[in-house]
Amino acid sequence: MSGNAALGEAAILAGCTCYFGYPITPQNELTEYMAKRVPETGGVFIQSESEIAAINMVLGASVAGARAMTSSSSPGMSLKQEGISYLAADELPAVVVDMVRGGPGMGNISPAQSDYFQATRGGGHGDYKTIVLAPGSVQELTEVVPLAFDLADEYRNPVIILGDGMLGQMMEPVSFENIKPPKKYQKDYILTGAKDRPSRMVRSLLFDTKEEEEHNWKLFRKYQRMERNEVRYETFLLDDAEMVVVAYGTGARIAKGAIKRLRQENLKVGMIRPITLWPFPAKIMKETAQNGAEFFVFEMSAGQMVEDVRLALEGKGHIHFYGRPGGVIPTPIELFRAISRHYYQSRRGKK
Amino acid sequence: MKGTIRIDQERCKGCALCIEFCPKKAISLSGTLNLKGYFVASFEEGSECTGCATCAVMCPEVAIEVFKN
Amino acid sequence: MKQVYSRPRSLKPAHFHYCPGCGHGIIGRLIAEVIDEMDLREKAICVAPAGCGMLVYNYFDIDALESAHGRGAAVATGIKRVRPENLVFSYQGDGDLAAIGTAEGFHAANRGEPITIIFVNNGVYGMTGGQMAPTTLSEQVTTTTPSGRNTKVAGHPVRICEVFAVLDGTTYLERVAVNKPAAIVKAKKAIVKAFRTQLTGKGFSLVEILSPCPTNWKMSPIESCRWIDDVMAKQFPLGVVKDVT
Repeated sequence: MSGNAALGEAAILAGCTCYFGYPITPQNELTEYMAKRVPETGGVFIQSESEIAAINMVLGASVAGARAMTSSSSPGMSLKQEGISYLAADELPAVVVDMVRGGPGMGNISPAQSDYFQATRGGGHGDYKTIVLAPGSVQELTEVVPLAFDLADEYRNPVIILGDGMLGQMMEPVSFENIKPPKKYQKDYILTGAKDRPSRMVRSLLFDTKEEEEHNWKLFRKYQRMERNEVRYETFLLDDAEMVVVAYGTGARIAKGAIKRLRQENLKVGMIRPITLWPFPAKIMKETAQNGAEFFVFEMSAGQMVEDVRLALEGKGHIHFYGRPGGVIPTPIELFRAISRHYYQSRRGKK
Repeated sequence: MKGTIRIDQERCKGCALCIEFCPKKAISLSGTLNLKGYFVASFEEGSECTGCATCAVMCPEVAIEVFKN
Repeated sequence: MKQVYSRPRSLKPAHFHYCPGCGHGIIGRLIAEVIDEMDLREKAICVAPAGCGMLVYNYFDIDALESAHGRGAAVATGIKRVRPENLVFSYQGDGDLAAIGTAEGFHAANRGEPITIIFVNNGVYGMTGGQMAPTTLSEQVTTTTPSGRNTKVAGHPVRICEVFAVLDGTTYLERVAVNKPAAIVKAKKAIVKAFRTQLTGKGFSLVEILSPCPTNWKMSPIESCRWIDDVMAKQFPLGVVKDVT
């Protein structure tokens, strides 16, 4: 099954009843899959007139109590930023999928990771955060997608799933048995008509600056809770690693290939693969740096996550970087050569 | 007197639409100011108000209540 | 003495923030009266815009939310699709619908979404201080057309009802005004008909309401009401533009 289709099926099994999308390569298969499957399950599917309309339909469906999702790719994701900021300010759950492609501008339709900042720092206005999940395989989508909906409902906040063109369009076997029926969340904030209760108001305009400040700190406390409880990552051959690769999503798959080859030549290389890009797994990096390991950050971009690694280590750890922006997909061999070159340089440096 | 009205002094903003459209010219702009600093409209007791509620229909502040015999 | 008129139940006690003589106040009251009379208070959901009309959620005692500027029609679509049995209406100004929200409004209409748009046309951007709106008349002076709107460079006033009438998805479109008692009574009937169009599943309805904006038109409330009849209604003819209910 293609990543895009698997993502769609996982969303439906996770209780998504509303999908609003707009055509953009490389995520069209997801929109097309939902066009067929959502109506079959009695849900709402609309191909909207723009990504802006789609994210606002998600807002409407979410405030009415439904699990809603939209998906797009880099240029479309830029159009959704205003909507995401409103979702965060109104404290409404939603899942937004971004299959990143080469950028900036029209870019191309090849997979890339150059929207890391937009997703993790927030491309919209105001102090808000969104949990950003980076699936590494088609099968992992069946864990990440239900998780995204649960986190969105639990924290009443939009959650971003950051994939890329390759993950979306590659075909892999996938099983959905692990998806449990969605949990029921008590939603006392949704708009259903003021029957047998006072009328409700959902808004983010607060003229009174004290109120607005308190609202900001309330959101801030929520984001702190996310940072404490929702960090997720995978480690690979980390125990004896002298050099630790940091990569996510498709980048991590390429890195894994390279590391296996490096290990055959007994270069002690391991990997940390962040699954949540925000909150960023800073603790494990600090601990790994303490036992002297160096870091090798690999991204399919000109270098964005590398800054988070730098922040995490706070200067206590040497960081190498290797990036290929523009939608280029480096082969494991290429990465193998790059890592080994850095590995030997740093070893000579240590002598 | 067939009808009378009650104007909520604090809601009125002295826009004078009720005065303009009252068929019996029973309302006029008074000299008293409300807390917001508007001269408020006031109903003339003993006028020929019929309780037709035109003033309430025109009022943008929903400040007028109308009574009728 | 019997009370023949009092505040609609669907209005909260809050005072309106509108300027003296503003049409928003009348329109808000009409909507509340219609909601009372059609017993819709427990079913109604209002999508408020950005602009003068945005604080309607402080005034309507119904479920309401504030949408980003211009996105009301899309948000209302999302709500209505999830809760078809509710009455969903999007309260939008001329900037909100005829400028930034055109695509959302146009396509909600084109899909025949069974929602109602209350479109308040006062020819300017009110809350932001009287700039030109898509419905500003030719030669009309605003803060961004200081020497009068020159249609060659600033475009022509947009007749939304007529534009939307061409879309097969629209069912009921009427343009009314709130500048005199007779017009207000007609406006109320139009709102009733629009809500009924929605509730009987007949499709998309929009009521365009010419509304006085004394502050930004730099006229008295009474002159503004006259100006609507004498000048504005020439460009925006009143009446039913489309009714296929």
